[in-house]
Amino acid sequence: MRALIEVKNLTIQFRTDEGLVTAVDDVSFSIDKGEVMGLVGESGSGKSVTAKALMHLNARNAVYGPDSRITLHTEAGPVEVLKLKTARDLKIVRGGAISMIFQEPMASFAPAITIGDQMVEQLRLHADMSKAKAKEISVEMLDRVGISDPSRRFGQYAFELSGGMRQRAMIAMALSTKPKLLIADEPTTALDVTIQAQVIDLMKDLVNEFHMGIIFITHDLGVIAQTADKVAVMYLGRLIEEGPVREVIRNPKHPYTQGLLAALPKLDNLDAPLTPVAGDIPSPLERPSGCVFHTRCPKIVGDQCKTRLPHDVQVDPTHRVACHIHTEVPA
Amino acid sequence: MSETLIKARDLSVGFKIGSGFFGKQILKAVDHVDLDIEKGSFFGLVGESGSGKTTLGRALLKAVPITGGSASYADGEVDYDLTTLAGPELKDYRKRAQLIFQDPYAALSPRMTVRDIIAEPLEVMGLTKTREETDARVRQIAAKCRLNLEHLRRFPHAFSGGQRQRISIARALVSGPKFVVADESVAALDVSIQADVLNLLKELQRDLKITFLFISHDLSVVAHTCDHVAVMYLGRLVESAPTRELFKAPRHPYTKALFSAIPSLDPDDRGRAQKLIGEIPSPTNQPSGCKFHTRCPHAVDRCKKEEPMLEHPGDGHEVACHRWRELLESAAA
Repeated sequence: MRALIEVKNLTIQFRTDEGLVTAVDDVSFSIDKGEVMGLVGESGSGKSVTAKALMHLNARNAVYGPDSRITLHTEAGPVEVLKLKTARDLKIVRGGAISMIFQEPMASFAPAITIGDQMVEQLRLHADMSKAKAKEISVEMLDRVGISDPSRRFGQYAFELSGGMRQRAMIAMALSTKPKLLIADEPTTALDVTIQAQVIDLMKDLVNEFHMGIIFITHDLGVIAQTADKVAVMYLGRLIEEGPVREVIRNPKHPYTQGLLAALPKLDNLDAPLTPVAGDIPSPLERPSGCVFHTRCPKIVGDQCKTRLPHDVQVDPTHRVACHIHTEVPA
Repeated sequence: MSETLIKARDLSVGFKIGSGFFGKQILKAVDHVDLDIEKGSFFGLVGESGSGKTTLGRALLKAVPITGGSASYADGEVDYDLTTLAGPELKDYRKRAQLIFQDPYAALSPRMTVRDIIAEPLEVMGLTKTREETDARVRQIAAKCRLNLEHLRRFPHAFSGGQRQRISIARALVSGPKFVVADESVAALDVSIQADVLNLLKELQRDLKITFLFISHDLSVVAHTCDHVAVMYLGRLVESAPTRELFKAPRHPYTKALFSAIPSLDPDDRGRAQKLIGEIPSPTNQPSGCKFHTRCPHAVDRCKKEEPMLEHPGDGHEVACHRWRELLESAAA
């Protein structure tokens, strides 16, 4: 299968008063059509900055590395996302072929414009259609995501909807332009578990129906296990492990991934002590030398961890990890 | 053998909202709740947003007015009736009962050093006479919360989420409380740090003999830390049991649905959840009878008409459901 989007050597730094701060460091991955990739990491690991780069949405002080490439494959041929400049060209990655849903749906809808008007506006920006047609599609989408009485909801404001309903409306809006790639940034974090289960089900149905690629950003490995096909784990801007979801969760190779899994409270063994990953994530201003995880790593294998950046090692054809422990394994 | 620290009977908290045509409407946030929190326990309170768990916690701290029923606090030294508590006794209760907030980024003043943040309750309550005494107590509690002297001189912006939460905990504990309400205290933290803060709270419970009311929506966190768990739905307590018992054999259909909604870590265990339809109804427009009947897969006519009372079957596992025995038997059959 041909990749939908390819990210190569993505490096993003931000110019700040304290100097250049590295947020994303040499990250590469690709997503196929209909594939769901989970992007996991702590706050500050660079997962949101990576996702925003796909829509060229980072703030003006962002500096992209010279080798960074993001290629979106569309029917009309490949698009180099980072080379897009004008608002007109950028439309394809901002709501056209790529859409995004956010964590806090209340903050993402304009409070003084009805849900319906916002959906119509977005549709008309991206597709040449009449108001009546745009309304028809919007109501249909609201119905599709399980909102009851969609024509009444179409005329309501965001504050009139409950939290779960708002998130559904957000998903409906993001999908109305039929994007090829959906970026979901912590879409269920603000929701109660029962509503989270409903939204996860909805998203699985939509993948099957629309056959789009999804990047699912979350810190909840349970949500990843339930939704993703493959997982990429980030730490301090580096992608440290990537593989099929079963492999990464059952057989994690990187000490950080292992630590994350061990820190999770598990319901099937209440006697197991909770083991935190020791220490705190270092400030991005003081990036450790060598392997960025060495300051917290319980499995340091010598000086090389402190001095040399580990290369990606394929532990099997689909599972790669960047850790010195695994350098001996033949690729 | 064990003593009850907090006892609530028929406790209700209502808020007046709006002034409509038919006079004021009352929003019942907590509705006739019976609760016993044993001394030294780690008591969990779970439920969806809007279930009234935060309001119940605040009512027990006397931070919102109690509008019905009774609540009392007895730690062996003092015995307070929380419904009538006022004046110097209320001031004394503030020392004995404290709150840890959810968001460590919003709870700490950016203009104060960590030392001043932790010392503030001591100064406000007049618990120490000299600056040296204050400093000594701040250092003592900071050490317990794994903050070192170097940290005390800095401002909160220099700290990560986990460290900030440890500062909030130190401030809540500096007055030497016996009862602490921790309201979603780990919800804003990353998993790797969450475990660290939970371990710290457990340690403090043991070392300082503090009774915790731990409010959370995260069932797996509650399962790992609490001795006893109560489940709330729309202001009512629907089930209450020792943690193990509750997780092994939940009796209320709502509790069962909550458990099955937790995303499993097993990628091959997809889609087996017993899904709850719909959302929690608005507290201003509550269903008749059992409040859960609109979402309950087992609801019958009786559930719509008659509100179930919390039953005490004698095994310490309380439940408010008309059909729990029936459902238990049909599950066993």
